[in-house]
Amino acid sequence: MKKIEAIVRPHLLEAVKNALQEAGVVGMTVSEVKGYGRQKGHTETYRGSEYKIELVPKVKIEVAIAEELAEGAVDAVLKTAKTGKFGDGKVFVSSLEDVVRIRTGEHGEQAL
Amino acid sequence: MSMRRRLFVSFGIGVVLMLGVTGLRSIARAQAPAVPVEPAATTAPPPAPVAAAPVAVPDPTGDNTGTASDVVVKDAKAPQLDEVMTTVGHSKIAINLMWTLLTGFLVMFMQAGFALVETGFCRAKNAAHTMAMNFMIYPIGMLGYWICGFALQMGGVGAVAVLGGTPPLNSEFVVTLFGHPFGLFGTKGFFLSADVYDVGVFALFLFQMVFMDTTCTIPTGAMAERWKWSSFLVYGFFISMFTYPLFANWVWGGGWLAQLGVNFGLGHGHVDFAGSSVVHMVGGVAALAGAMVLGPRIGKYTKEGKPVAIPGHHIPMALLGTFILAFGWFGFNPGSTLAGGDLRIAVVATNTMLAGTGGAIAAMVYMMTRFGKPDPSMMANGMLAGLVAITAPCAFVTAPVAMLIGTVAGVLVCWAVFFVEGTLKIDDPVGAISVHGVNGAWGVLSLGLFADGVYGDGWNGVPGKVTGLFYGAPKQFLAQCVGTLTCFVFVFASMWVFFKLVDVILGNRVSAEVELAGLDLPEVGALAYPEFVLSPGSSVGAFEPPKPLPAPAAAPAGATARVESF
Repeated sequence: MKKIEAIVRPHLLEAVKNALQEAGVVGMTVSEVKGYGRQKGHTETYRGSEYKIELVPKVKIEVAIAEELAEGAVDAVLKTAKTGKFGDGKVFVSSLEDVVRIRTGEHGEQAL
Repeated sequence: MSMRRRLFVSFGIGVVLMLGVTGLRSIARAQAPAVPVEPAATTAPPPAPVAAAPVAVPDPTGDNTGTASDVVVKDAKAPQLDEVMTTVGHSKIAINLMWTLLTGFLVMFMQAGFALVETGFCRAKNAAHTMAMNFMIYPIGMLGYWICGFALQMGGVGAVAVLGGTPPLNSEFVVTLFGHPFGLFGTKGFFLSADVYDVGVFALFLFQMVFMDTTCTIPTGAMAERWKWSSFLVYGFFISMFTYPLFANWVWGGGWLAQLGVNFGLGHGHVDFAGSSVVHMVGGVAALAGAMVLGPRIGKYTKEGKPVAIPGHHIPMALLGTFILAFGWFGFNPGSTLAGGDLRIAVVATNTMLAGTGGAIAAMVYMMTRFGKPDPSMMANGMLAGLVAITAPCAFVTAPVAMLIGTVAGVLVCWAVFFVEGTLKIDDPVGAISVHGVNGAWGVLSLGLFADGVYGDGWNGVPGKVTGLFYGAPKQFLAQCVGTLTCFVFVFASMWVFFKLVDVILGNRVSAEVELAGLDLPEVGALAYPEFVLSPGSSVGAFEPPKPLPAPAAAPAGATARVESF
């Protein structure tokens, strides 16, 4: 099993979500997060004074998925979350030891 | 299907009823006098305007409502001139009183505008505190004004003819300097007690009270996000009982600034139609003194002294507040005639909206050209600046000049914000000093420049109309300068000393810990947005986590099984 964490632009959430569903993802966790990458945010002015928005709002999508579906899911994110400009985000893929469904106590892929 | 049928039936009954009523009405109309336009004339004996028509005929156009029959006379056959004049006079004052009260109600609602603007420009952690100050300044200011503020301001104003004469307000404390009388404060009307129990005086109190409260709520913006509640309370009483009433007496209560014309030949004395100086500049200068004594918010300046932007948490709220203020200004300026029968109100109201427009557009264009984006907070400040500036001259200038005054105000407010923040290093989160102080001064000075000599005959007891420098009366401008200077010196000195005294006795500023955490809980005991704070309980509100289900056997007989699934 794999765990995929995708950090994407908030306004692209809907598209990414739909693409992931098509790629076979059955459940996901979405959270509003803030962060920065190599650009370290950007500056704005308010009432004539500059201020830096270092932590840019993003959306983090967490998905647990069967090994064989993982590549398709990553592709789905890449296809929908890419604009080609700075700030498109990142995808982290890691292997997942176990999953437990709390209601039934099932383990492993059955619990996905 | 049955539902649809029922609907259809009730619709049918409705139609039948409507037809029936219409039919009855047309029968009634047919029975009405032949000339329905003048029912009284055809049905009653000829010279009896008092007698009402026996058949009440509806008057949909309103042409026949309010006729001679509404004038009360002893003998309808021979109405006396003095009887008719009494009714006319009463109606005239009634219109004025209605106007003064209604516009006063509009100005009262400006408190809501101020509350939204100031809270929107503050951070979420101080929203309840900022809102609470804006809320409580209304009753606190009113209490102080009722105790002695009104008496000091208006106790010696004399007869306010448009409100029926206000006979009891006739006592001003005067000192004689350089052989001329200097009115300093009034001495009648404390607690609105029995000796001023008069409808005109009460209307005047209401109207002047809401103006005074506008002044009081201006510094709460400049001093927001760090001002101690106890200090704020004392301030509310001080400004409503002393600082505001004294200056207002000098300009509006027949005091020495109003008498500059009569005593020293300076035009009509210091003229301020609706309060650019009396209301706004007093508030703005008090805000300046307060913000200077308080010092900037933590994090407002870098170590090198460069200002750091601290964006407000709710720009839509601030813009809504600005709209409410602009709406309230239709009470503020046109209401200051105290007379609905003074048709100059049309010019006053139109000039007011034009100047607000000029201010908003000028500020927006300025910000766009200088920073690339319009900055909603400066658009709001720009509109308010235009409105503040036109408040004094609104009754005395032409429409193009009103637009010019507003446009200048819109740019002036941007410069002033940068100057106060960048050069003076005074932290004013909402721009109150720039909007109300700087543009209040610009407003009264612009009157001295642009008054066109059309309106204001006999203003402050000086014959002739109010005329400015560009229309050939330089001394009027001089009077405006004296008024502006006096306003600054008097208000700044008194409020500075006041805040310094409070600093020693109570302290003006919250502790650094409180300021960093936000003033909401420590200072007023309520969070503006508790749902956004992560703490046990607060995130789920009053909802208790469900207890484990009891064994099914424990359920009483007859109870239906509950399906526990969400």
